[in-house]
Amino acid sequence: MAFLQVNNICKSFGKTEVLKGVDFSMEKGEVLVIIGSSGSGKTTLLRCLNFLETPDRGSITVNGQVLFDSEDNRDHSDREKREKRLHFGLVFQQFNLFPQYTVLKNITLAPELRAFGGKGSSRADKKAEQERINAYSTELLKKVGLEEKADSYPCELSGGQQQRVAIARALAMSPDILCFDEPTSALDPELTGEVLKVIRGLKDSDRTMIVVTHEMSFARGVADKVIYMADGVIEEYGTPDEVFGAPKSDKTKAFLENANQKDS
Amino acid sequence: MGFLDVTKSLSEGFVYTLIIFGVTLVASLPLGLVITFGSMSKILPIRWLTKVFVWIIRGTPLMLQVIIIFYGPGLLNLSFKFDRLPAVLIAFIINYSCYFSEIYRGGIESIPKGQYEAGQVLGMTKAQIFFRVVLFQVIKRVVPPMGNEIITLVKDTSLARVIAVTELVKSAENIIAVKGIIWPLFYIGAFYLLFTALVTWLLHLAEKKMSYYSV
Repeated sequence: MAFLQVNNICKSFGKTEVLKGVDFSMEKGEVLVIIGSSGSGKTTLLRCLNFLETPDRGSITVNGQVLFDSEDNRDHSDREKREKRLHFGLVFQQFNLFPQYTVLKNITLAPELRAFGGKGSSRADKKAEQERINAYSTELLKKVGLEEKADSYPCELSGGQQQRVAIARALAMSPDILCFDEPTSALDPELTGEVLKVIRGLKDSDRTMIVVTHEMSFARGVADKVIYMADGVIEEYGTPDEVFGAPKSDKTKAFLENANQKDS
Repeated sequence: MGFLDVTKSLSEGFVYTLIIFGVTLVASLPLGLVITFGSMSKILPIRWLTKVFVWIIRGTPLMLQVIIIFYGPGLLNLSFKFDRLPAVLIAFIINYSCYFSEIYRGGIESIPKGQYEAGQVLGMTKAQIFFRVVLFQVIKRVVPPMGNEIITLVKDTSLARVIAVTELVKSAENIIAVKGIIWPLFYIGAFYLLFTALVTWLLHLAEKKMSYYSV
């Protein structure tokens, strides 16, 4: 069985059917890029994977563990849900850093709350755990090239730097699969490069990632598999060479032609 | 009548004015948050009851509310009644809690949805998201409008005289009636000015303390 197995995800908002049965799977260490015009359901799909939306139908399985199944009517505790959603991480288009905390605190906050949220554990244990979280977070900050900004506040950083912090923050919870929702769409063109570079770096360390993006050349370069979505379904799926080089569907061809014109 | 004599005669007024201000402020700040949760509740009857209540309290004069709470129980032949100062305090606390609750609600609703979602995808609980992520941002946003209300409260304390609580204005008037001098009025005017200046300065300090980040 594949590492991530998504079956027949359907989602409607009122009368608008946004996802009309989406199936796909991916292996560990793969980078899956999702392209498609706005309104095609890409973002909603990512939000379903991250439990920000509840699908009307379908199932999501990671590493053999069923995280969501619309057939399953049991009530799950909040705690159970929170543990399940941690299989996924999400980097938002608008970064959504916490403005009142320093860069380092943005990264350490969630691991701290997770480690110290419950009761028990002695003071010495706490101190050791805190040191471990700080060291790991500093390591992540180094990875995205911002260790010297640890004590800055988000408002003092450029958009590209903020997004790199957001990536480190998502990594701090060690998700199995890291999702990016148009990570460079809110950035000035000269700042997109640094963020894409970080994502390429993560690919080199074999991170499993799902990236929704409009950056076509980046998509082609970084993807192991590409999904083209249109009108709430997967219109085309394949390797980058298949989808970009020899698209089968007319819709894909039209979309790529349009995108190329914008690029040139 | 000299400055010190007047000050002495006004002492009762100073005490009542400061008590009304202090107690109302300390009680209304947290009670307002409770009303906010009511007006944002997912349970429809609670939400509507709270909204109607806030509408009534904000839609009628504070002076009328003071009068009703003081005379109401007696006129309705209820088995209890309030003394003058408690009646003033109850009316003020209810009234200011409602105003504060609307300011809090505005503050909470102005926090972008992305802040909640960021907390959610990082596995935080609802309480953690509210207290660790959202609350501080809300406080920063509500300090300026809260400042307005708190300054109004300084001056609203003078309404207590309507049920014969000798707050500052009432006690100054008493001096004028007996001694026939006018300047105690300017004296208490200067006191209100200094008091609001102090409040303004404290709020400014609070704003400055939170200005290390911007959104």
